[in-house]
Amino acid sequence: MTEMVYGTVPVRSSDPILPRWWQTIDRWSLTAILMLFGIGILLGLAASPPLAAKNGLAPFHYVQRQMLFGGMALVVMMVTSMMAPSLVRRLGVLGFLGAFAALVMLPVLGTDYGKGAIRWYSLGFASVQPAEFLKPGFVVIAAWLMSASQEINGPPGRLYSFIIAITVVGFLVMQPDFGQASLVLFGWGVMYFVAGAPMFLLLSMAGLVVFGGMFAYNNSEHFARRIDGFLSADIDPTTQMGYATNAIQEGGFFGVGVGEGQVKWSLPDAHTDFIVAVAAEEYGLILVLVIIALYMVITVRSLLRLMKERDTFIRLAGTGLACMFGVQAMINMGVAVRLLPAKGMTLPFVSYGGSSLIAGGIAVGMLLAFTRTRPQGEIIDHFARRGH
Amino acid sequence: MTRTPLRPLARILEARAKGENPDAIERANIRARHEVMRDKTRLRSEGRLLVLGAFFFCAFVVIGVRMGMLAASEPSEPQVAAASAHIVASRADIVDRNGRILATNLTTRALYAQPPVMIDKAGAARQLATIFPDLDEEKLLAQFTGNRKFIWIRKKISPEQMQAVHDIGDPGLLFGPREMRLYPNGKLAAHILGGASFGREGVNSAEVIGVAGVEKEFDDYLRDPAQDGKPLQLSIDLTVQAATREVLYGGMKLMNAKGAAAVLMDVHTGEIISMVSLPDFDPNTRPRVLTKGDAGDSPLFNRAVQGVYELGSVFKILNTAQALELGLVNPSTMIDTKGPLRWGRFKIRDFHNYGAQLSMTDVVVKSSNIGSAHVAQMIGAKRQRDFLGALGLLEATPVELVEASGAKPLLPKRWSELSTMTISYGHGLSTSPLHLAAAYSSILNGGLRVKPTLLRQTAPRMGERVVSERTSEQARSILRQVVVRGTASFGEVEGYAVGGKTGTADKPKPTGGYYKDKVVATFASVFPANDPKYVLIVTLDEPVETSGPKPRRTAGWTSVPVAAEIIRRVAPLLGLRPEVEPLQPTGVTLTSN
Repeated sequence: MTEMVYGTVPVRSSDPILPRWWQTIDRWSLTAILMLFGIGILLGLAASPPLAAKNGLAPFHYVQRQMLFGGMALVVMMVTSMMAPSLVRRLGVLGFLGAFAALVMLPVLGTDYGKGAIRWYSLGFASVQPAEFLKPGFVVIAAWLMSASQEINGPPGRLYSFIIAITVVGFLVMQPDFGQASLVLFGWGVMYFVAGAPMFLLLSMAGLVVFGGMFAYNNSEHFARRIDGFLSADIDPTTQMGYATNAIQEGGFFGVGVGEGQVKWSLPDAHTDFIVAVAAEEYGLILVLVIIALYMVITVRSLLRLMKERDTFIRLAGTGLACMFGVQAMINMGVAVRLLPAKGMTLPFVSYGGSSLIAGGIAVGMLLAFTRTRPQGEIIDHFARRGH
Repeated sequence: MTRTPLRPLARILEARAKGENPDAIERANIRARHEVMRDKTRLRSEGRLLVLGAFFFCAFVVIGVRMGMLAASEPSEPQVAAASAHIVASRADIVDRNGRILATNLTTRALYAQPPVMIDKAGAARQLATIFPDLDEEKLLAQFTGNRKFIWIRKKISPEQMQAVHDIGDPGLLFGPREMRLYPNGKLAAHILGGASFGREGVNSAEVIGVAGVEKEFDDYLRDPAQDGKPLQLSIDLTVQAATREVLYGGMKLMNAKGAAAVLMDVHTGEIISMVSLPDFDPNTRPRVLTKGDAGDSPLFNRAVQGVYELGSVFKILNTAQALELGLVNPSTMIDTKGPLRWGRFKIRDFHNYGAQLSMTDVVVKSSNIGSAHVAQMIGAKRQRDFLGALGLLEATPVELVEASGAKPLLPKRWSELSTMTISYGHGLSTSPLHLAAAYSSILNGGLRVKPTLLRQTAPRMGERVVSERTSEQARSILRQVVVRGTASFGEVEGYAVGGKTGTADKPKPTGGYYKDKVVATFASVFPANDPKYVLIVTLDEPVETSGPKPRRTAGWTSVPVAAEIIRRVAPLLGLRPEVEPLQPTGVTLTSN
């Protein structure tokens, strides 16, 4: 007995970081994310040469950049996912403040790259889109405020978070960037929903959305045309939508073959918004189903893991990140198959784009950090129930 | 709801009594309450997270299924027009009442030359001149060696000619596809169909437009893609038309006439079953319009529709029918026929002297001008004019030919009493044979007005009543008498009870007055007279019958036998059953033993 106690290795004051990380991380989601990154490179090889040719660059210029930014994104993701939730919260709030400042300064210092909307900062070698970085930070700060409001004598955090959301949305609409604005609004709404929004408020919000949609349909010609185009049974084959649908049909189950696709030459956004059409044409339904399954694994698994989470902040922030990630993928692919009206939205981790990749790395890193397995006080519960 | 106090007084007092800090109790209570609240929100969040997870799961599954459905469906070629909108680009066919083709389209080629790419211009010109004998070699060569870059050589060529041009082998001789209009029956119904020619021309196609007849009248209809190639069905019967033309042509030659016209009309519907004008032409190679001379002598001239003539005594039955209708006479009323009838400086004579009086029937049967003039006087100018107007004799016929609207009847400038008298026997009012056919049909079909038409009718068209049933029957009876014992005795066709009226009108000189030796001989007939089905008008222009000792020009000797032969030929084709007396068996005795 004595020998057994004597000479034992002293208990280490802190855990080894990497093994602990590997034990607690959601390995399924991590695998899915790495596979998505690989698919992104693979599709970049197919989809971006036309763009490179158009801009007079080497055929795989954009693939190289994608690998560079993707590598950075993976590093950022790993580092973020190792952080403790409190550190993530701290950095997230700081990051939000920085990104918000950048967003506010956009009209003064930003550039529109000839696309009609000022969304980017040009750094010479690359461009930065503040809205992409704003999203994870916004989720963190909103979750923090909402969780604080659930403490006794806490601040009215829901109201504060709502004010922040509306402000951010206002700046995004000014650019204009309705896609990001609606994502921010959606993220806030999901967090509010999980934080315990009253049923009556949810129903009245749904009604408001319906009335808002009808109002927009009746008053905005642009909006009405998109909806009409979506609702009409036959597709105008000369629209992006028509090309995408045709590409999916051409691909069939096994695709037309690597590099044989045609849609990437016709669609200006083949490497971003319609990357799924390129995938469907060249690699067929199989790859598309794999992509869908990967997004589903990440989103649904994260949400299921968060169900067990007892910390309100972690639960809310994780929900916001997972849902924004999932809904972005869902909208992108839903547009390609005509389940949703046309709306430019990148496919996270697969579409080309530096900002989108790195910001996606941050967001997914945060999500992985929040979904790590950690003690949830089940033992206390156990004893407490016993005691009763 | 019962409120649980955070500082329950009993426990506080107890704690104070023991000297413990009572605030610890409050903190513990706050903590417990917070725990409960957290558990509640956690449970609610768990439920809502599950809802979110299920939503995302379903959404991704739906996207996957939709992808699968799209991938499984066939890619459709982008099409501007819907597949159901089948466009008929070619001109519609024209068919007869039984659906037999009168006009259709044929794919052929146009030949053109592009001199800049020609190799052997002289050789090409020489060989083209041998393939197309009407082309002149030197003119062709001059065109080929000139400055022109593009020359039409022929608008339509046959496959044999095309092969011969291919055999020349010059790359500068090229072919453009053409739809050409083809009339497989040649001269039959030439005046009705009219003809077509090319409108705007390009290398790869040319517009076919109607230039005359129904082709022009229905040009828009025939070219309308909305009709989906539905053929235009005419009232013409091709077989009857062929028989009519053949007999009329023979009759015209036999009677030494320079022209002839025949109209066969259904008395009840006004449908023109057959309409022939001679001389005629082949619409496939439509002759040029005469630039000098009388347009009325051109083969293009449709005598049945465009030719307005004083048609003579055939009008007498109209006059008589009106008098019968007005009750001024009955068929046996005696009419004064003592001649000549003087009116001012004008004398009305009869062909023969018929004595002092004839019955109303006999005035028509023997064709007394004097008798008719007396009856017309009884009717009066206004009533006569109204009656002829009601029969459609005072305006152009509404038949569906572009030429028809130009053929207006020639009316007297002032409808005097003298005009009334002459019009009663067909002078002083010029109408076309088609006018007459419509007027006869209206009176003889039971008294209902018909309008001539070239379109197949599916139901009888009930016009307004012009004479009573009884008058119609009396008129037919009189016309039958004309054939049985009057001027048209050659018109008898056994079994078909032909009735009719002859008319021999002197031709007016262009300078005024009338020729003595030029007539228009007309026979207007109805058959069968007891149950009228068809009206046939046969008109011969300047006929002379020379088998007798002196030339005979009256209709009874010229038009009537021709008309009778036509009826003999076409009545069986029209499905009319001859009413023949059953043969009495002679020399055969039925015995029974």
